[in-house]
Amino acid sequence: MTYNQPNNQGFYGQFGGQFVPETLMTAVKELEVAYEDSKKDPVFQAELKELLKDYVGRENPLYFAKRLTEYAGGAKIYLKREDLNHTGAHKINNALGQVLLAKKMGKNKVIAETGAGQHGVATATAAALFGMECTIYMGEEDVKRQSLNVFRMELLGAKVHSVTDGSRVLKDAVNAALRAWVAQVEDTHYVMGSVLGPHPFPQIVRDYQAIIGQEARAQFLEKENKLPDALVACVGGGSNSMGLFYPFVNDESVEMYGVEAAGLGIDTPHHAATITKGRPGVLHGTLMDVLQDENGQILEAFSISAGLDYPGIGPEHSYFNAVGRAKYVDITDEEALEGFKILSRTEGIIPALESSHAIAYAVKLAKELGSEKTMIVCLSGRGDKDVVQVKERLEAEKEVK
Amino acid sequence: MKTLQAKLSNKKNNFVPYIMAGDHERGLEGLNETIQLLEQAGSSAIEIGVPFSDPVADGPVIEQAGLRALAKNVSLSKILDSLKSIETEVPLVIMTYFNPVYQFGIENFVAALESTAVKGLIIPDLPKEHEAYIKPFITDKDICLVPLVSLTTPISRQKELVVDAEGFIYAVAINGVTGKENAYSNQLDHHLETLSKLTDIPVLTGFGISTLTDVERFNKVSAGVIVGSKIVRDLHENKESDVIKFIENAINF
Repeated sequence: MTYNQPNNQGFYGQFGGQFVPETLMTAVKELEVAYEDSKKDPVFQAELKELLKDYVGRENPLYFAKRLTEYAGGAKIYLKREDLNHTGAHKINNALGQVLLAKKMGKNKVIAETGAGQHGVATATAAALFGMECTIYMGEEDVKRQSLNVFRMELLGAKVHSVTDGSRVLKDAVNAALRAWVAQVEDTHYVMGSVLGPHPFPQIVRDYQAIIGQEARAQFLEKENKLPDALVACVGGGSNSMGLFYPFVNDESVEMYGVEAAGLGIDTPHHAATITKGRPGVLHGTLMDVLQDENGQILEAFSISAGLDYPGIGPEHSYFNAVGRAKYVDITDEEALEGFKILSRTEGIIPALESSHAIAYAVKLAKELGSEKTMIVCLSGRGDKDVVQVKERLEAEKEVK
Repeated sequence: MKTLQAKLSNKKNNFVPYIMAGDHERGLEGLNETIQLLEQAGSSAIEIGVPFSDPVADGPVIEQAGLRALAKNVSLSKILDSLKSIETEVPLVIMTYFNPVYQFGIENFVAALESTAVKGLIIPDLPKEHEAYIKPFITDKDICLVPLVSLTTPISRQKELVVDAEGFIYAVAINGVTGKENAYSNQLDHHLETLSKLTDIPVLTGFGISTLTDVERFNKVSAGVIVGSKIVRDLHENKESDVIKFIENAINF
């Protein structure tokens, strides 16, 4: 049966929906209409396509990682090189699409939340390109650990609002951005950065990121003359993974692995393993798996990687998990750091800490699958932004020893 | 007619204060005392807030009150237990985000309300589109699901929201969170008048109301006011007598 989610109320099975205050209902409904119109608008589609080609640099390569494959000693590992995009990650695919959509809707201001800063940089970039006013909400903790990205956003003309509520990370930045959107909904578009939030955001972000999987699928077929056996991608909110997975959803032979951040370990309170340790709940406008206590209070997530540090996961991932279409696995901070080093040394590619989770799992999985099998790993971003953080951590570890 | 609507339809100048359950130096043990104080001052109904970790519709005053309550281990389940032993003639209205109720279990939640004075529910992140999560459980009970109508709600949708509404209509007076920094829009009074004409159910105005001038203004164009952040702040600062005076004045406009 052909996959056909979400339904017309924005649900993926039991997950999804539009759990937002009435003040935002008109805006999300307008967005549904504008988005559907844009899909049928050849001018809009042509403009987006041209930008993705000439501005982002698509299509990006599907690269056979020979030395990484040898290191892992098993399945052939291909990397989808989202790290080579303009601004250094997959986030630009969605940001450009949504800013173009905002322009079409006649909105002249955009706001966005950001964790690691990649989505903030991507939104600030797209806003600069279209001459739109841009404010980025970022948790104070993330402002500290990703100071270089803060400076980038400011260079691009965006205002960075440091959020000092709650645990001062991505979840709190989303709260602040939602509140800001309520207050200026009439002239402002909220550029949601992941497959999260009220319908139609999870669908819009999925569709704009689906170019990852569309290209990868065609490139893989051309190189190997068959489909891959497995797909591997890291999952915070889940946009790069959904972008890779979605175009393969009807290819039943292709297994999908979403890699969650296990932080210090899933048996500690310090992780972001939403599927493994959470349960269905409502946060930020959608019904999805959420890390929460027995009373439904949302728990703080934890990961070395700011981009995975979120206590929820996109509703379509919750659905994929519930129906068994994708498997969700965990990689700890330590394992991710190892992945970071391995890819740097075997391939000369420094991955983002987020993507390092996918690399670390891919190495494990490649061994399990054996040399007859193949896989595509989404290298969602490059590691320049993380180099200082990793340096400090490795130096601190050395001192302890 | 359900109790909540009957009580509010009887009079003009309804005053509905909001309090955060458990935001009291004695935690939930202080809840009864606060409810009695607000009842005696002349409240028409009392909103009981349930703390939530991520209150996206609330401003800093109510968010902080929620965090104080959570720090005292207040939960929906404990609030329901406390309400069982509280007797009041004033209908109580629970204001909660959806997740605590969803985790408690909707059927269990509604069942637990039966032995309390709770006559209404306000769930800001449960729009009309998703009311089926709650409505089937309360249809035959003396409990109303209060709809919110915002300034961004077009007239066509306002009509849909009020058509089978019960209790009262919560008119959100600003595009923003509870409490406010800026002045109300000039078109607000007209919006409230128009909304009131769409329905026989009382329309109460809330969000950002902090002065008697505001109260007087909105009593003219709606059936009364809901006051949250100001009450929460004053109670937190132990200004009970200010709260009583404010309510006594407000109901006389």
